[in-house]
Amino acid sequence: MGNSNSKDESSLEDFGIEYASAIESTSLVNIKDKYGLFIDGNFVDSSSGKSFKTLNPSTEKPLSVVTEASSDDVDRAVRSASVSYEKYWKKMPGADRARYLFRIARHLQERAREFAVLETLDGGKPIKESRDVDLPLAAAHFFYHAGWADKLEYAFPQRKLEPHGVIGQIIPWNFPLLMAAWKLAPALACGNTVVLKPAETTPLTALLLAEVIRDVDLPPGVVNIVTGAGETGSAIVEHPEVNKLAFTGSTEVGKLIQRSAVKRNLPLTLELGGKAPHIIFEDAALDQAVEGVINGIFFNQGHVCCAGSRLLVQESIADYFIDRLQKRIELLRVGNPLDKNTDIGAINSLAQLERIDQLVKAGIDEGAEVFKPSCSLPENGYWYPPTVLTGVQQSHRVAREEIFGPVLVVQTFRTAEEALEKANNTPYGLSAGIWTEKGSLIHWMAERLRAGVIWANTFNKFDPTSPFGGYKESGFGREGGMQGLAAYLKNSGGNS
Amino acid sequence: MPTSTITFRETGSSIKVTPVDEVSLEARAASLATRSIKTTSKRAALHLAIRCMDLTTLEGADTPEKVASLCQKAKRPDPSNHDVPSVAAVCIYPEMVHHAVEGTEGSNVKVASVAGAFPSGLSTIEARTADIADAVKRGADEIDIVLNRSAFLSGDEQRAFEEIVASKDACGEAHLKVILEVGELGSYDKIRQASMLAMAAGADFIKTSTGKIPQASSLPRVLCMAEAVRDFAQQTNISVGIKAAGGIRTAKQAWHYLVVIGETLGTEWLSPEMFRIGASSLLNDVLLQLNRLDSGSYSGPDYVTVD
Repeated sequence: MGNSNSKDESSLEDFGIEYASAIESTSLVNIKDKYGLFIDGNFVDSSSGKSFKTLNPSTEKPLSVVTEASSDDVDRAVRSASVSYEKYWKKMPGADRARYLFRIARHLQERAREFAVLETLDGGKPIKESRDVDLPLAAAHFFYHAGWADKLEYAFPQRKLEPHGVIGQIIPWNFPLLMAAWKLAPALACGNTVVLKPAETTPLTALLLAEVIRDVDLPPGVVNIVTGAGETGSAIVEHPEVNKLAFTGSTEVGKLIQRSAVKRNLPLTLELGGKAPHIIFEDAALDQAVEGVINGIFFNQGHVCCAGSRLLVQESIADYFIDRLQKRIELLRVGNPLDKNTDIGAINSLAQLERIDQLVKAGIDEGAEVFKPSCSLPENGYWYPPTVLTGVQQSHRVAREEIFGPVLVVQTFRTAEEALEKANNTPYGLSAGIWTEKGSLIHWMAERLRAGVIWANTFNKFDPTSPFGGYKESGFGREGGMQGLAAYLKNSGGNS
Repeated sequence: MPTSTITFRETGSSIKVTPVDEVSLEARAASLATRSIKTTSKRAALHLAIRCMDLTTLEGADTPEKVASLCQKAKRPDPSNHDVPSVAAVCIYPEMVHHAVEGTEGSNVKVASVAGAFPSGLSTIEARTADIADAVKRGADEIDIVLNRSAFLSGDEQRAFEEIVASKDACGEAHLKVILEVGELGSYDKIRQASMLAMAAGADFIKTSTGKIPQASSLPRVLCMAEAVRDFAQQTNISVGIKAAGGIRTAKQAWHYLVVIGETLGTEWLSPEMFRIGASSLLNDVLLQLNRLDSGSYSGPDYVTVD
């Protein structure tokens, strides 16, 4: 519990009652000193011999050394995927591919706690999120797509479907395992083989997934996992034998990838940044809307592309709502991500922490008022307190640029038209949230908001059956649902 | 502030009520129930639960002997350990009030009587206020009455409001607890409205349930009431107490309620003046847990008294 600013309010601690630090044990996790590249079914060394460290962002202590894939290594991986496509995967009946996916899903469930702890160690997110969100959803994506593998002709009838072949996939550091699942499951279900690159700050769960892939006897080369940073990514993007690219990450890198893909007329899906409006009308269930706003921006420290980072609140309730919100933020528990009581964990990397800090300072320079709770932050590690910026104008940088951290900017509106205009006035369009008890207003707004996902009276709900993706600079193509499958098949009629 | 209001014709006063979203409310309550408490703090939490307890017997078969035994237990829950505090009150039928007054004499334990055609409330307001006045005359410190759900749910909020005002008058100096009987209200929106109405009418406490129907207190329902209490305090500067009753049997459940109250209303509400738990079997479980803290082993039901 945080202490409140005012003197007459006290915390449960002052009362002699303290929450236990309920630390999840790390004994299940066996982190190796060094990890190789997962190519052709084996862990192998890099041709260049280069490697890099991965840290625990909550302590800054190194967890392991990971191999950096050179362009030669990427070439090996792509060739393996290419051979494997012709030799095994292309010919395999869908029902048999499904069996592998079901096996991966079950292994993820059985080893869920191990994966969750590793995800939290490597990425800094609270264990309650990796345990309750990342892992169940990752398994659900494999289960869901396993179900499609032998039914693709029913999803897209009267079409001559064909896999693309070798897919290059590059994923971000905010949901390392979950994004791997989002990418791998539909690609494999549709009969493609894959070269996947996890983010350089969070490679460990993808490498543990590689062990699972080996344990389920997936034919060698169907999935190759190469670790590294931008250069490794660009070797995948530029490789002539890659038949399709899928990327989740920043808009900046997304544009570079698109430039490269366009030259070769390569099918591409991009899931990029966001600056989602979270719109609260005066008739909303306000206490629950406060919870929704908290969940929308502070889930995973705000490292969420669809985070509800712009709060638009109707002026008649603005003061009341912001007051409630601030009081609620005082109660958030920031600290050790392995503690089951922790609400907000560590910032993923020093670079990200600096970016957040720099943008908040820019916001203050431009005239925003800042609110931070009185919580204390651990000494070591990368931390940023949950922050609210009020008095923000549409033209401020903090209202336009993606902060990708636990920072909420607040604006007010008078009419639904004004809310809509402000909500849509952004280069992004990934998600949006609406809180009102009036059903017709939800529909009116949802028809007009230019965003790929719109939540009403809830936020950050995900399901493999539901397509996810953006408008405008938030990217194109969908993941999940039938729309997500379409991206991994030729002639499906979908965006591929 | 929220915009929907309940307005009362005669007094012209109005209170503002915000709607409640069921899914998110229940999710929040469930997440509060996952908080774990430090072992070193467990004793403080268990003592607090005892100090906030209304030890209750509301059976047709109640006897003076049973009430005497209950009062003894209320004053000294654990005869072998004087560190264990006494409970807040004993809660009984009006007919038993004078036995309870006798049994609690010389202690801090209050006598709470249900009254006003408990548990249905379905008799004339004259009969109900007379019942209340009688219980107060017999020596009750606190009166637990029921909200007229029939009037409230049929849309006659005005009547439900006025009856509570009249009941409050009949209480005189005694504290008034208004039981909403949340299990009969049908939605969290109605619980929130009923909470606001009872507080506006002068309730010193709002209470979840009679314990006489299967649907009783639950964490989300108490969270919903606590949010109303917080809003009412903000609108009027009047702090109203909360009593959770019905179905609370284990020390762990009691702890969850303390967390919900503490996190929603702040620690000013974590005292017998502002928070009560109405229960009959809960006390023995709390005592067993306290014994376990001392001895390191769980003794079992034969090591606490049945009352």
